[in-house]
Amino acid sequence: MLKPGDQVVTSSVEHNAVMRPLRSLEKQGVRLNVVSCAADGSLDVRDLAKAVSVGTRLVVLTHASNVVGTILPVAEIVSIAHQAGALVLVDAAQTVGAIPINMSEMGIDLLVFTGHKELQGPPGTGGLIIADKVDVSQIEPLIRGGTGSRSESEEQPDDMPDKFESGTANLAGIAGPGAGLKWVTDKGIFEIRDHMKKLSQTLIEGLAALPKVKVYGTVDPERSVAIVSFTVDGMRVSEIGLRLDEEFGVLSRVGLQCAPAAHKTIGSFPEGTVRLAPGVFTNLDDVREAIQAISRVVRS
Amino acid sequence: MTQYGVVLFHTTSAVMRAEKLLIKEGYSIKLIPTPRQFSSDCGIALRFEWNAQDQVKLVLDEARVEFDTIHFLDTKGV
Repeated sequence: MLKPGDQVVTSSVEHNAVMRPLRSLEKQGVRLNVVSCAADGSLDVRDLAKAVSVGTRLVVLTHASNVVGTILPVAEIVSIAHQAGALVLVDAAQTVGAIPINMSEMGIDLLVFTGHKELQGPPGTGGLIIADKVDVSQIEPLIRGGTGSRSESEEQPDDMPDKFESGTANLAGIAGPGAGLKWVTDKGIFEIRDHMKKLSQTLIEGLAALPKVKVYGTVDPERSVAIVSFTVDGMRVSEIGLRLDEEFGVLSRVGLQCAPAAHKTIGSFPEGTVRLAPGVFTNLDDVREAIQAISRVVRS
Repeated sequence: MTQYGVVLFHTTSAVMRAEKLLIKEGYSIKLIPTPRQFSSDCGIALRFEWNAQDQVKLVLDEARVEFDTIHFLDTKGV
């Protein structure tokens, strides 16, 4: 949907899943404007408003940072973008199944999600949701091919969703997040959100109380999903991650988590952070044990 | 006390091939987060016992598993 000369606005906490395609489009002549976020990963909508102009075709941004969990103010961003005539594409990889999302209330035009995180599906599954109001004639499919419809025609059909669903679908794969979505709906997204907030708060407070530990991102669990990044003065993140794994069975992800821009924003580039991300099946005792483990690693 | 070395790779795919090969050959190895003192394209690295350095390199070379560099780690293996 983007052509040379079109302007795209994004944030400085994007995952490479967003940033790399945008940088590639930039080489093809798309004008890319990256709005700087604050060191806690938050985005000031006034900065976004300055970046969005009448020439802006698309605003692409993550719903929540995969490094620090900070939630971006999507509804306000949508309102600014729409005033300028731009569409909004939200990367909801960190938030689908974790916090309530209402695409029509928030005004989101396009939303991408993964199946393998809070929807508990297998790796390699995910989807793109296009709101009914979006003019799909402006969007080219990534793949063209058989759709099982309009088979007399050798042209790709414009019918939705067939236009974007060519080829044999990975039904066995997508059944996974499908079942996960039902599970999330049955359990209740608000209940899940409350549970995750408690985990997040306990983790942030526990880490912040440890000597030499620096916690990144917002300390307010209301403004973030349960993703916590930290570093320890005088210790390499790779050492911390390996010791947590080998000595305590606590799994983390260390380094840049595929988001160099986010680490430049929070001030942890190029070393990166140790990232802990409790899931819906994690309980408070697990979190306390993790804090205990980190405490022992830090003090040794 | 065991001394360790680490092999750095360009891709996760190469790390996994190396892991499979070396385990099959009976080497004591472990995939670890790439130690941050080394610059690497890939977030995962392969730790091995340093006294097997020549054999590990030979196994990888013979199977044409492309790797970046090999480094000595200290006895803590981190």
